[in-house]
Amino acid sequence: MTKTLQPVIVGAGPAGVRAAQTLVAHGVRPVLIDEAPRWGGQIYRQPPLGFTRNKRTLYGFEAGRAEALHSAMAGILDRVDYRPDTLVWSAEGGRLDLLGRGRMGTLPYSQLIVATGATDRVLPFPGWTLPGVYALGAAQVALKYQGCAIGSRVVIAGTGPLLYLVAYQYAKAGAKVVAVLDTASFKDKALAAPTMLRQPAVFAKGVYYLAWLRAHGVPVHQGVRLVRATGGTQVTTMRWQDGAAEHEVACDAVAFGYALRSETQLADLLGCRFSYNALQRAALPACDGAGRSSVPGVYLAGDGAGIMGADAAEWAGERAALALLVDAGRPVDAVRASELEVRLARIAAFRVGLERAFPFPQDWAANAPDDLVICRCEEITAGQLRQCASDTGAREINRLKALTRVGMGRCQGRTCGVAAAEILAQACAVAPDAVGRLRGQAPIKPLPFAVMARADGEAT
Amino acid sequence: MMERISADVAIIGGGIMGSSAALFLRRMGLSVVLLECDLCGCRSSGVNYGGVRRQGRPLSQLPLSQRAQGIWAQLPELIGIDGEYLRTGHLKIARSEADLAALESYRALTQGFGMDLQILSARALRERCPWLGLAAVGASLCPEDGQANPRLVSPAFALAARRLGADVREQTRIDEAVHDGSAFVLRSGDALEVRSRHLLNCAGAWAGTFAAQFGDVVPMESGHPEMAVTEPLPVFMNFSLGVEGGGVYARQVARGNCVIGGGRGYALDDQRARAQRSGIAALMQQTIDLLPALRNAHIIRTWSGTEGYLPDRQPVLGPSATTPGLIHAFGFAGGGFQLGPAVGAVLADLVLSGQTATPIDAFSVSRFSEGPRVTTTGPVSSAVV
Repeated sequence: MTKTLQPVIVGAGPAGVRAAQTLVAHGVRPVLIDEAPRWGGQIYRQPPLGFTRNKRTLYGFEAGRAEALHSAMAGILDRVDYRPDTLVWSAEGGRLDLLGRGRMGTLPYSQLIVATGATDRVLPFPGWTLPGVYALGAAQVALKYQGCAIGSRVVIAGTGPLLYLVAYQYAKAGAKVVAVLDTASFKDKALAAPTMLRQPAVFAKGVYYLAWLRAHGVPVHQGVRLVRATGGTQVTTMRWQDGAAEHEVACDAVAFGYALRSETQLADLLGCRFSYNALQRAALPACDGAGRSSVPGVYLAGDGAGIMGADAAEWAGERAALALLVDAGRPVDAVRASELEVRLARIAAFRVGLERAFPFPQDWAANAPDDLVICRCEEITAGQLRQCASDTGAREINRLKALTRVGMGRCQGRTCGVAAAEILAQACAVAPDAVGRLRGQAPIKPLPFAVMARADGEAT
Repeated sequence: MMERISADVAIIGGGIMGSSAALFLRRMGLSVVLLECDLCGCRSSGVNYGGVRRQGRPLSQLPLSQRAQGIWAQLPELIGIDGEYLRTGHLKIARSEADLAALESYRALTQGFGMDLQILSARALRERCPWLGLAAVGASLCPEDGQANPRLVSPAFALAARRLGADVREQTRIDEAVHDGSAFVLRSGDALEVRSRHLLNCAGAWAGTFAAQFGDVVPMESGHPEMAVTEPLPVFMNFSLGVEGGGVYARQVARGNCVIGGGRGYALDDQRARAQRSGIAALMQQTIDLLPALRNAHIIRTWSGTEGYLPDRQPVLGPSATTPGLIHAFGFAGGGFQLGPAVGAVLADLVLSGQTATPIDAFSVSRFSEGPRVTTTGPVSSAVV
């Protein structure tokens, strides 16, 4: 007789759903916890029930994949303990801490698959806190989930593959995209092309979006530096620098981002070992090719363990589930497992090209003016961070946090952590890995006192 | 290649005790090496609740606490920042007539220590603190007690000491401490050797190990007070709050965040601690009972630390029972932040002249080796900051 498994999957995006499907296929009933009201994750986020926009409009080229993922989950709903609208806010002693539908609770697990996904990597520019300025991902969520645009004259800025996709989606949805401002240059992309061709379909999509935007008269500026957004109660202009010249465009909304950053707090609270990934310029929870973290029984899959994209997330979810089953003594298809690892390795090579095509703006920290707000929760500027580093000799990010409050607000560094580390590294003239990483502290997201007023026996 | 340095005084532990001792010793002109295994003031000294309170301390601590009160008044001159230190008053609430009687008798006992405690009736309390939700029968107010930001204050003592010429070595773990007959010899792996005439053991929850190396054996345990903080809220709480008999304590910083404490966290390992779920749930419940205004607020962060506790909940402060030149200061049982600067001053007195005008007899390390054995008072309770 085999031991009863009670695996829990956190996150119902591409990785989590495929992990669940794989476990179900092997006769195991997992718990699948998700913060969103419906499965799909961020990339294949579903609109609320009753919204009628079709998948072709919502997901464009990705409609087929979205549909496949959505129906895969729909097909196993009766064999999964699915818990939407539920936040995992901490973990302790083999149990997850949950906040779901206004109630606190805990959930034991025999194994855990962490598929917590990613958020925008935010590098502030002057004016980024003005109303009307959104993260790229948020602009996309507004469109996909609520079916509304962030404005009618929209600037799409920053860099990363999402830049052109969001511009395309906004233009298709009827918004006027007044400028696409890419901090990466055309040269970056040309140099990256050979490596990117490892994934010709993905590469072709990128080329298509750019060509479509140009054909539809959307001004695309590459190799720029974002100067500032201005406005009063709403953003009204966006300025950028192109070589020596400054330009501006009138707008009523700006969406910006610099690719994505992994959501790693849960892995951190679980005690997973982290290592620095130079390509992604971030400390990430370490795992083997199958998704095994440094903590026995804890598996990592999808963008939460390093940004690899949605296709890779699906494979990594399946691979992690297979690893879990093998480790629990269940028979699995070893050929399939190694095939998935080969695919994942191929994507990793492609990622190198992607980072080259949309490089992190190396000069961002050096160009960040002293009065630039880095941490909007605590209103901490780049100048305050630099001052602290020079006055106190702080060279470590948690120290900087303790002394300045950067990352101490509602977002707990999820938004400002990357930028704060870059500013500190620049101030200390060291590489960003030398300043360490922000320690995770519960709760992963704010915990309302109101839940206590309704607390019942579920909370332990 | 081992670096060899020497100084009049070596200090193990860059918390508020060790750092303030370094500062005062430098002001007296002695050479000082301050050795910190992590970053100065980043352990309990930097993550405690931030109460700067005399009220509620045992009588034996009041002279030391009173001396600290005087030093806190000069904080900007001493360390170059105000550390968000404010004399907001400390209010201790009584939930029963018995608790109120205890507060009244504490007031009577502590006359003459300069605390000017005021007993507030239930009605006066409601008038002054209309935001209080707890059914209180009264309270005791210490108007000149206050609060400060430990994240800023404790590291600033070390920085101030460094500015005055102390040799501050962070991320330097001392693996071995001995006296070779002519001097103390401390080693950090094969990287550093420190020789000194005097040695101050200010290693917090980890000080027992160093004390034991010199034959001063103390029954120290670690405890992990649990803290949480809300997002900034409109300022409503004009005192730092405690409750007679323990439980929750709370203060609101100028930015508006409410810092709350109570209950115990747990150790992740011998260095790190974290808040735990049962404690967070209990703390949240107690907090909204005490402060209904927080009903619609959020906990945005929780934390804990590692503190040293002795069975009688009194610190060890004074010379070693075995080794001349060695002085201990540890085991402050969650109440050391306010005392810190005075402990530093006392340590400097002891180094300089072998004596101090501040009574510290109750804190002698020899109390654990002489006379009737002190029994523990049960499991380590929450911090009483």
